Amino acid sequence: MAEVQKQEENKQYIVAKIGCEQYGIDIAYVDNIVRMQKITRVPKTQPYFLGVINLRGEIIPVMSMHKKLELGEDEISNTTRIIIIKPEQSALLGLLVDEVREVVTMPEEDIEKVAYDNGRDDSNYYITGIGKYKDTLISLVNINGIITD
Amino acid sequence: MDLSQYLEIFIDESKEHLQTLNDQVLIMEQDPENIDTVNEIFRAAHSLKGMAGTMGFKRMQRLTHDMENVFSEIRNGKMSVTPDIVDIVFKCLDALEGYLTNIQETADEGTEDNEEVIQLLNDALKGSSSEAEPVKEAVPASEESAKAQETSDGDKRKFLKLPIADFEQNAMKEAIANGMNVYGVTVYIQDTCILKAARAFLVFKGVESVGEVIKSEPSVQDIEDEKFDFDFSMFIISDKPADQVQKVISNVSEIKEVVLEPFTPEAIVAHAQQEDTPKEAAATAEIKEEKPKESADSKKKPAAEAKKKPVVNRSVRVDIEKLDDLMNLVSELIIAKNGLVSASASEEGSQTQQFNEQIEYLERITTNLHESVMKVRMVPIESVVNRFPRMIRDLSKKLNKEMELIMTGEETELDRTVIDEIGDPLMHMLRNAADHGLESTIDRIKLGKPQVGTIRLNAYQDGNNVTIEVADDGAGINVEKVKASAIKKGTITEEQAEMMSDKEAIDLLFQPAFSTSEKVSDISGRGVGLDVVKSKIEGLGGDVEVDTVLGEGTTFIVRLPLTLAIIQALMVEIRDEKYAIPLNSIVTVEDIMESDVKLVQNKEVINLRGTVIPLVRLDQVLDLEPSEEENESLVVVIVKKGDKQAGLVIDNLIGQQEIVIKPLGKYIYIHKMFSGATILGDGEVALIIDANTLV
Repeated sequence: MAEVQKQEENKQYIVAKIGCEQYGIDIAYVDNIVRMQKITRVPKTQPYFLGVINLRGEIIPVMSMHKKLELGEDEISNTTRIIIIKPEQSALLGLLVDEVREVVTMPEEDIEKVAYDNGRDDSNYYITGIGKYKDTLISLVNINGIITD
Repeated sequence: MDLSQYLEIFIDESKEHLQTLNDQVLIMEQDPENIDTVNEIFRAAHSLKGMAGTMGFKRMQRLTHDMENVFSEIRNGKMSVTPDIVDIVFKCLDALEGYLTNIQETADEGTEDNEEVIQLLNDALKGSSSEAEPVKEAVPASEESAKAQETSDGDKRKFLKLPIADFEQNAMKEAIANGMNVYGVTVYIQDTCILKAARAFLVFKGVESVGEVIKSEPSVQDIEDEKFDFDFSMFIISDKPADQVQKVISNVSEIKEVVLEPFTPEAIVAHAQQEDTPKEAAATAEIKEEKPKESADSKKKPAAEAKKKPVVNRSVRVDIEKLDDLMNLVSELIIAKNGLVSASASEEGSQTQQFNEQIEYLERITTNLHESVMKVRMVPIESVVNRFPRMIRDLSKKLNKEMELIMTGEETELDRTVIDEIGDPLMHMLRNAADHGLESTIDRIKLGKPQVGTIRLNAYQDGNNVTIEVADDGAGINVEKVKASAIKKGTITEEQAEMMSDKEAIDLLFQPAFSTSEKVSDISGRGVGLDVVKSKIEGLGGDVEVDTVLGEGTTFIVRLPLTLAIIQALMVEIRDEKYAIPLNSIVTVEDIMESDVKLVQNKEVINLRGTVIPLVRLDQVLDLEPSEEENESLVVVIVKKGDKQAGLVIDNLIGQQEIVIKPLGKYIYIHKMFSGATILGDGEVALIIDANTLV
């Protein structure tokens, strides 16, 4: 019984490297992870959108997490991945990250919620909290924050 | 009895009947003497009543019944068609439509009794009876007329009038040669019978137990649909004696009379000869009935099927979702085919002649398949526009303006999804035309215009587009008034107003919450309207344009794409990016010398065979780096929007291709110059440029 309850409290996150920081994305949102592929530029769109890709016949916009989180330009390497998330039914979005590391399970008590009171800046708004995992810190991405603009 | 499975059919057919009633009553109003119209109305009302009764919708049945009484009096010449009566009838039709909406939403007719309308109908009846004779019930009245028809026909053996086709004649002769009997039968059903179709069905069932029906009039299909009066005729082949067959039919209850006679070979020949001449005369009247009859016959008589094919198309009701699925599969197939085409093009040398032929074959099939599926989804716009004449009539009364609606091109077909969406915008434009466009009758007389205002709704196909024009011969749009109104609302400043061209000023009408009408009516003038019309039409991939001449009238021109999902496009290259330009907006592709580009008002233009066309450098529009190499000549794609043209400068032409339009996904902002994206044969994504936005 206690075991089950604990399971519910624990959330799983996909840990991705963006710049030199680690970010966690709630696995419930993640649909797929694909390798870097040709991205078609979409002129005149938001600057942090790299363009669109074709994933099995569906066209999905790809957002640069570097640019969204103001961490400078993307550096494409062979570890670069596109994490496809599904924030809503039948709406997909790709997030370009430098590397996908692992899937971690974090108990509620290891997550420190970010309080938005005074002097909040944009990049904080994209984070729901900071998770402590082993001896590293993982910023947990606020999916709703990054899709609303 | 569980009737839920019939509910959908009931709703569809009731809608059809109501539409027929609306249409015919309008005609009746114009031409009260036309007995065909009255008969048509009576038939539709009667079927509606029968169906409502069968389905257990008592209130609907009662209302229809009372309405039918009125029509019956009109039909019998005991009541004349007055505008008042027509108004009451329309009220009644509206109430019936209300029932139907309720039924559609909740499978129940609701509790509204519409006593008021029933009262009006009955008052109308009484009014007429005081002039003529006491009120008669609908049923005996129709009995009377049925009798009148009978006597005019002279002979009760109506089957003698049936046309016999060659193969039927052969079948009869063959049957007689084999010792069988051929009978001609005319069955009369009691006029009080409510479920005529059910009785007829029992007759057919009984006959089939003793023989075979080779022909019936009306067709079996029509009889099942209750599309007959109180009698029907048929030819039967049977090995049983005549009285036995007669008994089988008479045993069905509510049958008034059965006229049955053996049909001899001589009679067949004589009949066939007699048929040859009068048939011609009757042909026009019979065409409608004849076609379904034949197809139904071929169902009934498999032996004859090999000899003829059904003339009329048989139809199947299909859920639109299933069609959508089919369409998606066709789209996938086209993408896969494009992949094959580009694979074969890239691996030169390894391909054989045969491989190429097969790919071309595949290409042909997918194109045809696509066209067929598209055609399945096409619906004539008639289904949307047929309610407009009624609306205009009501508006005419309400606004106290005389006006008429002239519609042409109702048969123009559009994709079902477009049809579903286009009704409201069109209605809006018509209301606008009636309310704002046309002047009041008094003003029209003062201006020396025809007293009756004309609104035209004209639809036609134009290449890959369908154009629908809504035109009125009213006052036209007063540009100064529009500007003044916009300044008052703070939409534009006075300086801006002065700079504005007429066209730009008229575009203001499409701004949200804009109205020039001083007074707000419940018809229009609230300013929620044209912007909704515009966004709806643009949402469907179309556009709206306004053409107006002060004092002469206004025309709204709506252009809609014929197909939504798959289009022919020209693939072009700009630097290393590929884009698709829909073929339907392209006029020509030209090579233009850089030196021929002239500057007019600091804008680049070219002079192409006498027409000055502005140039649009796509690389600049698409935020690309300027080209380093200096080219002497430019590749220019000339595109059009209405009668305006523009030249799009590109780097390279790739070629024409069939593309599948895909949405670009949520979250990402898409500039309106892109109407979507498509997946190329190699899996790459190319954006589709909506040339309309660049002209």
